Amino acid sequence: MTVFEGSVRADADAIMDRYPETHRRSAIMPLLYLAQSVQGWVSRDALREIGGLLGITTAEVEAVASFYTMYRLRPTGTHVVNVCTNLACKLRGAEHVFEAAHEAAGVDHGAEMSEDGLFTVHEEECLGVCDFAPAVQINLCNQDAVDAARMRELVAGLRAGEVPSPARGPAFGSFKAASRALAGLGEVPPA
Amino acid sequence: MNLDFDPRLTRDWDDPSVIGIDGYVAKGGYEALSRAVAMADADILETVKSSGLRGRGGAGFPTGMKWGFVPRDTGKPTYVVVNFDESEPGTCNNRELVERDPHRLLEGAAIAALAIGCETVYVYVRGEYLWQSIVLERAIGEAYASGRLGADVLGSGKRIDVVLHRGAGAYICGEETALLSSLEGFRGQPRLRPPFPAVEGLFASPTVINNVETLMNVPHIVMRGADWFRELGTEKSPGTKMVTVSGKVERPGNYEIPLGTPFRVVLDELAGGVLGGRALKAWTPGGSSTPMLTADHLDVGLDYESLAGAGSMLGTAAIMVMDETDCLVDCAQRMVRFYAHESCGKCTPCREGSWWATRVLERLERGDGREQDLPVVRDLGKNLLFRAFCALADGTASVINSSLQHFPEEFEAHVRLGACPLKADHLEEVPA
Repeated sequence: MTVFEGSVRADADAIMDRYPETHRRSAIMPLLYLAQSVQGWVSRDALREIGGLLGITTAEVEAVASFYTMYRLRPTGTHVVNVCTNLACKLRGAEHVFEAAHEAAGVDHGAEMSEDGLFTVHEEECLGVCDFAPAVQINLCNQDAVDAARMRELVAGLRAGEVPSPARGPAFGSFKAASRALAGLGEVPPA
Repeated sequence: MNLDFDPRLTRDWDDPSVIGIDGYVAKGGYEALSRAVAMADADILETVKSSGLRGRGGAGFPTGMKWGFVPRDTGKPTYVVVNFDESEPGTCNNRELVERDPHRLLEGAAIAALAIGCETVYVYVRGEYLWQSIVLERAIGEAYASGRLGADVLGSGKRIDVVLHRGAGAYICGEETALLSSLEGFRGQPRLRPPFPAVEGLFASPTVINNVETLMNVPHIVMRGADWFRELGTEKSPGTKMVTVSGKVERPGNYEIPLGTPFRVVLDELAGGVLGGRALKAWTPGGSSTPMLTADHLDVGLDYESLAGAGSMLGTAAIMVMDETDCLVDCAQRMVRFYAHESCGKCTPCREGSWWATRVLERLERGDGREQDLPVVRDLGKNLLFRAFCALADGTASVINSSLQHFPEEFEAHVRLGACPLKADHLEEVPA
């Protein structure tokens, strides 16, 4: 499958233009986000094509992609639910929220996603929202001070097609849409 | 300690209009940049140097001195890199500073660029701060449209471009040389120093890397001068500092304090005291990488020197509060698990040590600890400290060593009881 074709290829060119001509390799991180915005994850095809765009090997691209936790190298749910369990959130009950996320989304611990393909649940290290712990992100949009009951509500809402309003900023309706914004592309919905 | 002072970094936090450029300018925004474009580079540098401003990202290095290390005669471009990779557990003040006052950061970064003769600023923002990066993106667009960034900054003929670069979930990228590796398109692994980034940083060119809060002090210093800046804080730690208070307190949040303010004042007056009126057990003064302190340290001043004197560090001034009901073995295992997850894998003591320490601490907390686990943990703490390339391993060691130092009996109780003494199920087993 070709990932970088048509308008996606044009987006890739725009991304590479952000960096000096002699240092185009810097574009690798936004290019990975761009691939993720197309496929919902980063496939081997995408790794190979990014290598082609930057003049480096697939292995070099994979070495970068596998280093960073925000690139998903396996098929991923439509919605990604991130739960911080680091100390500031743990002290406020995050472990219960993490359990509730798995139960409500129907994702087993260690599984990539729910059987219906709707959800991936990810344990996060500090998300930098310690002032509103426990911190949760749904498709990279923050939900503040979430408890287990609220977590179940959020998942039920997504299942019914309702994208919850974030604590700050606009809502992204899917992990793909959030990945496009992470690539620095596209119209961002108003807050 | 008097908390009645004129706020600096949080001055406009109750005015959402400053998020847009018109509101920011109406409040005097970008006047410092106007002044700076007319100043000699050396004068900007001298002003920041004499202010005594120190890096707010953890290390506390004098900012003006850092700028002064940048050679100007290499024939290469110079770069300013803004470190907005805020990832130290418990830290979120950069996030709120940018949410509420994004132009102040751009103005500070542009002034830094002028001071070192730089035409391109890179802002490295952690990927999880998606909304905050969009806030910055919009602010950058406004600054370009109004001629405050771009090919001819405020008609001065000087060029300053700002490029936003998003990270992708790696704590290590807050370490400045790892950040540079990441920005160049590699795995975020630290590099050997020397050469220091000031001489050979981004794209092997002279580079200044500054934290968000550090740069947001700069416009105020340019407008009001070094003496004004020194009116608050201590002699060696001048100015104000953002602190994040989280965990078991009544009012978690980001607060601005004059450096040197005692912890007791921050805990009781700003954060509303320990949650539910319970007793304080332990606190991190500067994120999980700084050695934990206890209720014996309530009167320690929050500044670089006082915290060093108490055996810890100011770090990012991220105060996580644990109360009498929290198990320190459990807290330590969670913090150490973080370092095991985030170790970049370059150095053996960090990669292996944090992994084994996590296994042993988890076992202790579960109640499966053995007598010989305690010397193992002690040994790991010793062998992690100052044995790796960067400070990540030292953070792991800080958690282990400070929890063992202050709460040895709690570790011993886990082994003796074969259970966590603080978990409700086992309370009846705790000997009176």
